[in-house]
Amino acid sequence: MKVFEKPKALTDAPFHYCPGCTHGIIHRLVAEAIDELGIEGKTIGVAPVGCAVMAYNYFACDMIEAAHGRAPAVATGVKRSCPDNIVFTYQGDGDLASIGMAETVHSAARNENITVIFVNNAIYGMTGGQMAPTSLPGQVTQTSPYGRDVNHCGYPVKVCEMLAQLEGPEYLERVAVNNVANIRKAGKAIKKAFENQINKKGFSLIEVVSTCPTNWGMKPTDALKWLDENMLPYYPLGVYKDRSKEEK
Amino acid sequence: MAKLTFETDLCKGCGLCVNACPKNLLVLSKDKINLKGHSPVEITDEAACIGCASCAIMCPDCIITVER
Ligand SMILES: Cc1ncc(C[n+]2csc(CCOP(=O)(O)OP(=O)(O)O)c2C)c(N)n1
Ligand code: SF4
Ligand code: SF4
Ligand code: SF4
Repeated sequence: MKVFEKPKALTDAPFHYCPGCTHGIIHRLVAEAIDELGIEGKTIGVAPVGCAVMAYNYFACDMIEAAHGRAPAVATGVKRSCPDNIVFTYQGDGDLASIGMAETVHSAARNENITVIFVNNAIYGMTGGQMAPTSLPGQVTQTSPYGRDVNHCGYPVKVCEMLAQLEGPEYLERVAVNNVANIRKAGKAIKKAFENQINKKGFSLIEVVSTCPTNWGMKPTDALKWLDENMLPYYPLGVYKDRSKEEK
Repeated sequence: MAKLTFETDLCKGCGLCVNACPKNLLVLSKDKINLKGHSPVEITDEAACIGCASCAIMCPDCIITVER
């Protein structure tokens, strides 16, 4: 009996991601949720600008490419015109928390019935490792070679905490993919984010704390350790908003 | 007994599976290079594998299939 195989909602195309990049794990978790819920035939994904720009090659469902940061706006249009379809976005932190911050905040405030997968790797991966709104204080990047100076660049944006202040969103959770136990929890959260949409609950965002070994300048195994020791203290894991619990 | 299948030519030699195996059964090949130019993963003692799938869950490139 097969206890683990590649999910059907992923195509056969090999990922172009760097060795050990956790984008691949997160793609798989999304595909597993689509398989388990049996929604591949009616799911429409919106790909970002960033390293996941070619996500449309990897998911077997229908996919659309959005301009940088605009995925939630595109997803809003798709969902409102095709309310019976399941619509998700897949976005990096540069895409979602910098150029696309307005779309993120307003789609959450409107409790738009979409699923947002937010990959926070604390850097701009695709463009060569510039500082992101999520880069940690003191983090060395191409554009903060002496470490992020908060007096000059301000503080990182904590997306789940920030959106949790809004009445709108149904579900906000932060997960990580640095070890097997956390990957299992991340898979459950992503599945719930899709179930919420099926049940017409509204906006669900799952922030996945992730790695960029290439631009962090580390071996993939060291990057997982760096995530654990540096990112998780700043970005604590957990559920930040769950309206189904509040109503009870 | 568990059976692992690797799509060896798609392995990127990242080592995440190697660290995830609770039985320390996985290594990156010392003498092979795959189509992508990486040293692919190998299992040292298949009979000792407990089929926990930790390696497969950790693999970003989804190249490991686990049967039990
Ligand atoms: C309108 C516009 N501005 C800037 C860019 C350049 N650009 C491409 S990807 C990117 C940031 C990607 O970072 P992130 O969203 O964190 O994704 P990652 O690559 O780390 O997965 C930027 C600024 C662009 N493509 N389009
Ligand atoms: S640059 Fe970073 S985020 Fe992009 S594929 Fe490589 S490791 Fe992943
Ligand atoms: S299935 Fe478990 S025991 Fe077997 S090689 Fe993978 S991690 Fe190791
Ligand atoms: S995690 Fe996957 S890609 Fe990385 S070394 Fe293991 S089998 Fe190869």
